[in-house]
Amino acid sequence: MKPRVATAWLGGCSGCHMSFLDLDERLIELADKIDLVYSPIADVKEFPENVDVTLVEGAVTNSENEELAHIIRKNSRLVVAFGDCATTGNVTAMRNPFKLEDVEKRAYIELADKNPRIPDEYVTIAQLLNIAHPLHEIIKVDVWLHGCPPTADQIWFTVNELLQGKIPVLPPVYLRYG
Amino acid sequence: MTVEDLRELAEKEQARQAQFEHRILYCSSAGCVSSGCDAVKAELKKAIEELGLTNKCELLGTGCLGLCGEGPLVFVHSDPTLYQHVDAKVARRIVEEHIGQGKKVKENEIDLKDPFFASQTKIVLENMGKIDAESIEEYIAADGYEALAKALTEMGPEEVIGEIRKAGLRGRGGAGYPTGLKWDIVRKGVSDQKYVVCNADEGDPGAFMDRSVLEGDPHRVLEGMAIAGYAVGANQGYIYARAEYPLAIERLKTAIKQAEKLGLLGNRILESQFNFRIDIRIGAGAFVCGEETALLRSVMGRRGRPKVRPPYPSEKGLWGKPTVINNVETYANIAPILRNGSAWFAGIGTQKSPGTKVFALAGKINRTGLVEVPMGIPLKKIIFDIGGGTPEGTEFKAAQTGGPSGGCIPKEHLDLPVDYESLQTVGSIMGSGGMIIMDNTSDMVDVAKYFMDFCMDESCGKCIPCRVGTKHIYTLLEKIVNRQATEDDFALLKELCMMVKETSLCGLGQAAPNPVLSTIRFFNEEYISKLKPATTFNATGEEHSPVTVAKEVK
Amino acid sequence: MAVITFIIDDEQYSAQEGVTILQVARDNKIHIPTLCYLDGLSTLGACRLCVVEIEGSPKLFPACTTKPTENMVVRTNTEKLKKYRRIIVELLASEGNHQCAVCVVNGHCQLQDLAYEVGLDHVRFPYLFPKKSLDATHKDFVMDRNRCVLCTRCVRVCHEVEGAHVWDISGRGIHCEIIADLNQPWGTSANCTSCGKCVSVCPTGALFEKGASVGEMQKEHDFIKFIVTARNKHEWVHIAPEDE
Repeated sequence: MKPRVATAWLGGCSGCHMSFLDLDERLIELADKIDLVYSPIADVKEFPENVDVTLVEGAVTNSENEELAHIIRKNSRLVVAFGDCATTGNVTAMRNPFKLEDVEKRAYIELADKNPRIPDEYVTIAQLLNIAHPLHEIIKVDVWLHGCPPTADQIWFTVNELLQGKIPVLPPVYLRYG
Repeated sequence: MTVEDLRELAEKEQARQAQFEHRILYCSSAGCVSSGCDAVKAELKKAIEELGLTNKCELLGTGCLGLCGEGPLVFVHSDPTLYQHVDAKVARRIVEEHIGQGKKVKENEIDLKDPFFASQTKIVLENMGKIDAESIEEYIAADGYEALAKALTEMGPEEVIGEIRKAGLRGRGGAGYPTGLKWDIVRKGVSDQKYVVCNADEGDPGAFMDRSVLEGDPHRVLEGMAIAGYAVGANQGYIYARAEYPLAIERLKTAIKQAEKLGLLGNRILESQFNFRIDIRIGAGAFVCGEETALLRSVMGRRGRPKVRPPYPSEKGLWGKPTVINNVETYANIAPILRNGSAWFAGIGTQKSPGTKVFALAGKINRTGLVEVPMGIPLKKIIFDIGGGTPEGTEFKAAQTGGPSGGCIPKEHLDLPVDYESLQTVGSIMGSGGMIIMDNTSDMVDVAKYFMDFCMDESCGKCIPCRVGTKHIYTLLEKIVNRQATEDDFALLKELCMMVKETSLCGLGQAAPNPVLSTIRFFNEEYISKLKPATTFNATGEEHSPVTVAKEVK
Repeated sequence: MAVITFIIDDEQYSAQEGVTILQVARDNKIHIPTLCYLDGLSTLGACRLCVVEIEGSPKLFPACTTKPTENMVVRTNTEKLKKYRRIIVELLASEGNHQCAVCVVNGHCQLQDLAYEVGLDHVRFPYLFPKKSLDATHKDFVMDRNRCVLCTRCVRVCHEVEGAHVWDISGRGIHCEIIADLNQPWGTSANCTSCGKCVSVCPTGALFEKGASVGEMQKEHDFIKFIVTARNKHEWVHIAPEDE
């Protein structure tokens, strides 16, 4: 059976997933090696059980992210913080020095084109947390993959190490922020 | 003034005091001032005048009488009686009944045979309850400045240092460095200018030993500093006192003026060749300025931040010159040592830690106040005999010594002798002498958090481990108290504490984790019980703890 | 002066008495990480990155201020030191707001270099997200306190080399900040000579030139040593960049 791999998209810009697609022809090679069981680029509604490796992009910035993070942890053998937002909070966390209500006011009222109001339908809309957290503040993380976004080479190295059953130790050339 | 004049003055003052049949001393230290001794003094004075006892009875304000928790305190000297909780009404009764009719006011009397008094040995505090805190004549009548006279007329500087070394006096600021050795280094330093500095920046929460000495017996400190100046060859001294001690500063100023007027400070002291001036520098209340290198920078008018040692102040101190820096209590021990001889001093306390130590007892204890005990006394004697144990219905849990830099000592170490080395073996320190008692209602993680809050707030910010490390130790403790922490957080806390302890620049940072480390050492279960249970979560059977933050959402 | 022989990491070295461990290490191409230390400025011993172990002592010693003695055995890179250095960098990373766009591209941030060196893959402490101010009132330069690591190189270079003492520190503990004059906008400082030395020595992007593009944001850390050597020894030699 091929390793079951998932990727998830929390509070980020999807740039890390774009970089993942930058693997280009290596994607074909990868497709032979793994089963992609859940991903923003695959149409799967529920996060499946019994996943070997999950790459998580983005910071934990709202209630939906948090819930999904816990499910990911529960169902995955290894969790990779995928990119700088998942590792440090990065751009997503740039709201953190400000109060949540000021952030919401800025986003929903001051910058609104029409119908300015702060949403409160939290059944259908995710609720912002007080601050955006790096993934390891919410769940236990096994591997951190830096970069904003990580380069395709970094991703390739990490995924291959994981597929060989190794916890990757990134060589200095791949340890880079931003 | 010559030495003969000094002795004549002493005799004259003793004769003056002998005229009075009664001496009534009210405690005029800050503790009793805040509990209302001014009103007591006014009523005592009024009553003495109204009853026409002014020729028979002298009223004076003296230094700390020890039982600060029971103030205001009044002491009748002639027929030794100590009164507690004195208010205007009781004050009048003391004059009318005790002085007037020879009947003690039983309701307010404290038994002087109580172990609180009987178990103490007073050297530093010997004049408390004996002399007027604001009179140089009274100090001189009690053998004051006799040690300075002896040093100037009979001893060379080496001999003075030799006596201090033989006495084995160690720094009372907390670290316990041999005082004589320190003085010797400064004396041998080649320089056109040397300094003597007194550290009166007592900043530990709950500690007020130095304040009491300065308020009650300021001349003792001046005399000790002058002797130090003579021994090392310095002509200038500075007392660095914190601004929060206005009364102590006031009394020091008065004392310096009095001593200068009598030629006991200034030029040609006691008509010798020795000149010595003392100036006061007032600190703005930063805890870190109690650290010697930061203190010296502050004296020079610079920002109070510690410097890497070596060089030590004894090599390069104020303005780069050799500088003796000692604590108030250390200087307060100097005169008695020279007067009574090193052998007498070395015979008190233990071999490695001779002499006495003043402690400020506070917290969950029946008798809070100021006590002076011989070094090596078992901890339990201080807590149960002198301090009267914890309040009824509670059980002793831990004693915290050394302030925010110290540790908590649990009941299994109650037999521990109180000296520099023994306290270190249990992860605490002697410190300047604060002792806070905790009973079984105290939560030790909370205690650690309280001290860490203090250290974090008082960090000067110069080195990274102390500046940011104390902040994160605090947030981790907060997380534990709020039951949000996992075992990983607890492990990280321990790692961070060790790192801050081992890498910080000055003593403040190096000692800041002590309250946490010592409570972990002795009360580990209190931490463990607050951790979030680890939940087995993933397919590999590894344990992962979920952290739910949804609650923090508005 | 006497020459002493001592050991660093199992190798024997000789050095003039009075020279620091760090100096001997650098002369012999032994790398010890530093941050507040800069050739030409007074030594502070504050960042604690350069702490080393000395056999026979339970304490750690900053290499920048500690002088070796005969037969001293120094270790610069033990597991404990590596662990502690990583924590120091983690503490710095959590203390400021270091989401920078510039340094990652041009690689000229010493905090970033240190993070790579200690293998900082994630920060275990919560980020503090302090509210820090940015001072862009100076005509040529900007001070962004979000990226400041409080190494005080700017304070020292301005006081010791330029003699202007524009910079100093205000507040204490976690609230420390570098301020111009008595906390006035930098642009209004009458002392500031606009010499730019502070900008050159800043290890991060806290001080930078206005109007410089990302690739141009390069600091000249060795230039202070050049000035100081010229002044004190009258030797106008350019010293090759140190391994920092």
